[in-house]
Amino acid sequence: MTTPVSKETSEYGLLIDYEFCTNCHTCEVACKKEHDLPVGQFGIRTLEYGPVKNINGDWEWTYLPLPTELCDLCAERTAKGKLPTCVHHCQSGIMYWGPKEELAAKLAEKPKMVLFSI
Amino acid sequence: MINEYNKDLYKDDWRWFEDGYEVTRTSVWTGPGCHNGCGVLTYVKDGKLEKIEGDPNFGYSQGRLCLRCLNMVENIYNNDRLKWPLLRDGEKGENKWKRITWEEAFNWLEETYAKVCDTIKNEYGGIGPEGIVALSGTGRNAMWHGAMCLRAVFGSPNMAFGFLSADSCYQPRMTANLMKDGDCWILDAAQLHPDRYENKDWKCPEVVIVWGNEPLASNGDGFMGHWLIDLMRMGTKFIVVDPALTWLASKADIWLQVRPGTDCALAMGMLNVIINEDLYDHDFVENWTYGFDDLVERVQEYPTDKVAEICWVEEQTIIDASRMFAAAKPGAIQWGLAIDMQIAAMEASFAISDITALCGNLDVPGGNVLVRYAYNSSKKYGCGLEFISQDMLDRRIGTKQSPIHNAGYTPFIPPDLLLEAMETGVPYMPQLMWVHGTNPIANMGGDAPRIYRAWKNVPYTVVVDYYLTPTAVAFADLVLPVAMSVERDSFRSWWQPLRTITASADRYYECMMDEELVFYLGKRFNPDFFGQFETVRDFLTYMIQDDGNGVDYTFEELTHKVYDWWDFNETYEKYKKGLLREDGNPGFVTATGLYELSSPLFDVWGFDPLPHHMEPYESPYRTPELYEQYPYIYTSGHRHIGLFHSEHRQLPTMREVHPTAIADISPEIAKEQGIKEGDWVWFENRRGKCKQQAHIAPGLMPNLVRARHGWWFPEREAAEPSLYGVFDCNANNLTTMGVYGPTHYGAPYKSSLCKCYKVTPENDCSPSEIVTRGGGFGGYDYTRFEGD
Repeated sequence: MTTPVSKETSEYGLLIDYEFCTNCHTCEVACKKEHDLPVGQFGIRTLEYGPVKNINGDWEWTYLPLPTELCDLCAERTAKGKLPTCVHHCQSGIMYWGPKEELAAKLAEKPKMVLFSI
Repeated sequence: MINEYNKDLYKDDWRWFEDGYEVTRTSVWTGPGCHNGCGVLTYVKDGKLEKIEGDPNFGYSQGRLCLRCLNMVENIYNNDRLKWPLLRDGEKGENKWKRITWEEAFNWLEETYAKVCDTIKNEYGGIGPEGIVALSGTGRNAMWHGAMCLRAVFGSPNMAFGFLSADSCYQPRMTANLMKDGDCWILDAAQLHPDRYENKDWKCPEVVIVWGNEPLASNGDGFMGHWLIDLMRMGTKFIVVDPALTWLASKADIWLQVRPGTDCALAMGMLNVIINEDLYDHDFVENWTYGFDDLVERVQEYPTDKVAEICWVEEQTIIDASRMFAAAKPGAIQWGLAIDMQIAAMEASFAISDITALCGNLDVPGGNVLVRYAYNSSKKYGCGLEFISQDMLDRRIGTKQSPIHNAGYTPFIPPDLLLEAMETGVPYMPQLMWVHGTNPIANMGGDAPRIYRAWKNVPYTVVVDYYLTPTAVAFADLVLPVAMSVERDSFRSWWQPLRTITASADRYYECMMDEELVFYLGKRFNPDFFGQFETVRDFLTYMIQDDGNGVDYTFEELTHKVYDWWDFNETYEKYKKGLLREDGNPGFVTATGLYELSSPLFDVWGFDPLPHHMEPYESPYRTPELYEQYPYIYTSGHRHIGLFHSEHRQLPTMREVHPTAIADISPEIAKEQGIKEGDWVWFENRRGKCKQQAHIAPGLMPNLVRARHGWWFPEREAAEPSLYGVFDCNANNLTTMGVYGPTHYGAPYKSSLCKCYKVTPENDCSPSEIVTRGGGFGGYDYTRFEGD
């Protein structure tokens, strides 16, 4: 069985080292301001798992920023040579924008990373 | 390449043009409020700020920004913002105002000043200007401005935090620093070097103890919390001391879930291990400390099994944490507000400081480094003391009752005794409150209903702020609108580096910079001094040059430099190099020249020269009968990510993130009380009650609640009895004034008792009405408590 492929994919993606996401809301608000999104609308939204005590006795509290349908990878900014605003302002410095191939290579460097193909 | 900033777009110039925008490279500090001073690029068109970005070419923030600055445009051009001076045009609390000009405002001030001086002279036999009391908020760029208005403009010596009981924010820790080693220490995350983590002298700390704060949300004392994430990613291990499971605690190697208010005992237990297991730095102890033998004797009173019982922490965890920290070369402590907010604040600060000193971390790379305000220009709360005569200093309220205040270690008067003066008129009734960037009844004032009642006795109040606040509506005669950071010409010298704050957008309506306010008021009230300045920028040059103590260039030049990193703050082991003391000798700025493990000065003042544990003012052990009635430990003041104290409640984007006062309660309490996620609950103790929305927080100490602070509701009716709903959710309906340790420092904001139960239609009511119309909750005895 073949997997259907959407017609257009951007060459670029978003890599997030979510191990160190603190839910500081910076990406959410930076995005809202860049795209002038009203209350209730997000181009990226942070999801939460935990805090929960796992069966091994350790606490887990994990956040994952999820780009939404409204994410255009800041096409206007990147056309000018700037980084997407979430990447630029991320307080933990854990978001990476670049060609997917380069990001995929970086993904292999450590665990708890996720690569979004936008 | 991934994530490379485009050097053609992000220049190291101070101003350029780009896409029809004038771009200014500057830093921001107030408003929005924050302890940070991050670097930004402002994009301005026709005098209006349209966009803002983090400046990648500034080591402090490295391009990052939080939502406060990202949301700057919404804040500056918010229609609720004050547009022009307002004079009260009805009774206090009615929210009736008339628009006046600045000229009329200054005339009103001149007339009122004369009346204040007459009353103080005629009714209290005083000098006159001391009838004016200035109140300040925390760590905003309004610290020296309020101080200069008070001292250089009006000539009064009475400056206080906005009823922050017992100065319980950084003042205990700073004073402990002054006693122990003469300078403040901070965690070295390479923030003192322009090249940060690339700096060749810097080392990454092996272990960091995060003690009594959540820096990711609070960014307290000029420490940007997310630097800790940088360290974590470079391999630093964490020990977290917190009764709540914070995100950092969930990632820590060791989490010490300490009972609130027992930090001193915990630190003494750790010192017991570090000393008795011979884990301390012998070279440092032998050559650079005073009083080691006394400390060795004292820590024997704190064996780990006893400490475990006091602190509700496993004994082995205390031992493990002590060993882990002592083995780290270097280790560093990031300490915070919770240490200040207990009656044993000074004692805990002493003991925690001793841990890092004994482990050899003082002023070493990646340890706890000694810092001063950039270029020694200490432009903070102490500004303008040179304008105050000894006779006038002797008229300060409450100062003689506290040896530390009396000896001049702080520019503040004790806020608890100020409140008593407002209640009793002794030694005199303050006549005019000058409220410069603080909103005490919404935020820092302990026992807010008590403050509300006392404040109504004061004849005049002037509020300097961005928005109408509950404090302004309740008490103000005159409200003066001030500019926000990107509209201001100013500077920041707090730690490193010296930073420009360059006005890049036009000021909103008739708002005035705080700097202009000092300047123009000075021209009116003290022309002898202020006459020497032609422009506000001349005055700012004077401020950064600081009479030859500061820099040797003008403010204009600072705006072009943008940042100026001071080599003193970049230097390690300054005490060995003779860089700290005025006499040029090696050593610390203390009487003995050594790090004082036992404080001779405390001995002279009649305080315990060594740390000792004091049971919290209200606790299961000190007040067991009260504990039966109020079985939960009540803390308040833990920070919201992106909100600063009582600010930002007008902003839709911020309210989307933080819709209301959401408190943490433990799963155990939720079960006991039948509370579900999102239920509204009452917190109540013998002083009062407030209601907040419950979040059931896994990992919270089982009998702990954490109430949110700073909540008021700009969308609700301003006039009393509503007063923006300021007392409805007010965490400070339950806290204290007049309760502190023997040094007059440290109030139990984070260690009292309460009960917690669901809000129901039967028990629901409006605390705001109870306070503004009913005189308060009643029945509490206000006898002062001054420690053991």
